[in-house]
Amino acid sequence: MEKLSKEQVKHVANLARLAITEEEAEKFTAQLGAITDFAEQLNELDTTNVEPTTHVLPLVNVLREDVAVKGLDREVMMKNVKDQQDGLVKVPPIITE
Amino acid sequence: MNYETVIGLEVHVELKTKSKIFSPSPNQFGSEPNTNTSVIDLGYPGVLPVVNKEVVNYGMRAALALNMHINKQTKFDRKNYFYPDNPKAYQISQFDKPIGEHGWIEIEVGEEKKRIGITRIHMEEDAGKLFHGKNSSLIDFNRQGTPLLEIVSEPDMRTPEEAYAYLEKLKAIIQYTGVSDVRMEEGSLRCDANISIRPYGQKEFGVKTELKNLNSFSFVRKGLEYEEQRQAAVLNAGGEIKQETRRFDEKTGKTILMRVKEGTDDYRYFPEPDLVDIVIDDEWLEREKALIPELPDARKERYVSEFGLPAYDAHVLTLSKETADFFEATVATGADAKLSSNWLMGEVSAYLNAEQKELSETALTPEGLGGMIKLISAGTISSKIAKKVFKELVTNGGNAEKIVKEKGLVQISDEGALLKMVTEVLDNNAQSIEDFKNGKDRAIGYLVGQIMKASRGQANPQLVNKLLLQEIQKR
Repeated sequence: MEKLSKEQVKHVANLARLAITEEEAEKFTAQLGAITDFAEQLNELDTTNVEPTTHVLPLVNVLREDVAVKGLDREVMMKNVKDQQDGLVKVPPIITE
Repeated sequence: MNYETVIGLEVHVELKTKSKIFSPSPNQFGSEPNTNTSVIDLGYPGVLPVVNKEVVNYGMRAALALNMHINKQTKFDRKNYFYPDNPKAYQISQFDKPIGEHGWIEIEVGEEKKRIGITRIHMEEDAGKLFHGKNSSLIDFNRQGTPLLEIVSEPDMRTPEEAYAYLEKLKAIIQYTGVSDVRMEEGSLRCDANISIRPYGQKEFGVKTELKNLNSFSFVRKGLEYEEQRQAAVLNAGGEIKQETRRFDEKTGKTILMRVKEGTDDYRYFPEPDLVDIVIDDEWLEREKALIPELPDARKERYVSEFGLPAYDAHVLTLSKETADFFEATVATGADAKLSSNWLMGEVSAYLNAEQKELSETALTPEGLGGMIKLISAGTISSKIAKKVFKELVTNGGNAEKIVKEKGLVQISDEGALLKMVTEVLDNNAQSIEDFKNGKDRAIGYLVGQIMKASRGQANPQLVNKLLLQEIQKR
């Protein structure tokens, strides 16, 4: 695989909503690159005809019955909310036209 | 240049389970804001989602009804994005192993039947509802975690009319399976449309735009009609279509640019670590299969073969399960099938539209309607009187025969009594008799009207006609 580029690091930072400086981008490219290079070794294994693993647990069909339980008290819920109005959670404007 | 339109639709339906897809909080429309949440919906650290079994049942049922292949090993995946309507910063959805794939439904436009492919159907969670203001946005998290099915069609539709027919049929099928209310006005059915155009004969698709804010089936059709013309105008002017998301504006009927899409969204899907795979065995599959009722197409055919209804009637009646069930129950009371169909498609439907009601919200019962129709067939009441009886039945319910007796609405078929009315009207309308004899056929209509009025609508119209012609000749 190609070496991790600085652009990729910036892209990933942006997706994670992390503001990073140019120097940090340099530094993280080297550090993250070392990590992906290490993981890259897995590609040396021949996995032809091996089903992808999604979980290592020997479990399937962990399901619950469709039974409803009363929701959280709104007052309790709002304890971790910064700002509210008329029972709604208030956040900065999303659409500015 | 002439272009061919290519349309694909993405439909979301909310499932009507009692609880949410990954948490036990109530799945209920119209509750007080932020009262149906749990720490799981709100994405608190350390909580674990657990899949609601009924969601898998419903997903399977819908997929089977849409002629889909069921993935017997299915799993959930994490779709990462930041938006304030979802406090987890990811949506649990399905990526490469959706519950169903490769389905189809048959639509009919005009006389032509066409099969529209369905690429996939997958289970996922809905997000909270946002209210956008100028200085702030407000969020109601009640909808967060509501189970959804996303149904993605193949780009098989070629006209807005076909898209409309597809939605109508899809809605009917889902409604019949009973897994969703599919009410667009309550958001339990939502639709986004992808549309592109290409010169006839060209194999490759053109660049597509995505339409949002399509809040009714007719808006879907209108938005697509506008968009195919807009795209053609851009291309004809030598321009290029950009891959963008456009919003349908209900007031102007136009589509307005929301945002240009650069590249594909990077959602970084990966298998949901908090949920293990779901494996469906034959027994489970058969159990769900057995729960699928007779679907609209099968009923439609039966209405034509069993009740002798015209194909059009059969189509309209089977669009909603409620109407179809009501029709069958009405016929079961012994009422004539075609008359029952006429009433349901005519007066009943007009009443429901005017009052913005569902059949179940009225006092009308199949016994009430059937009883009334039997009175019409027997000649006890005229169609005109029936309208009065219907009004009573639909608002207050009850028994048609009783209403007719109590209100004295029985049709007057007594020749003696009618003759008296006819003579009286003729005596008072010498001019009309003259007109009629001079070849003005309209005059007879006026005279019939006068007699009906004199009898307060209760005169037997056929008899009135007969007596009137007979008497007029004598003068």
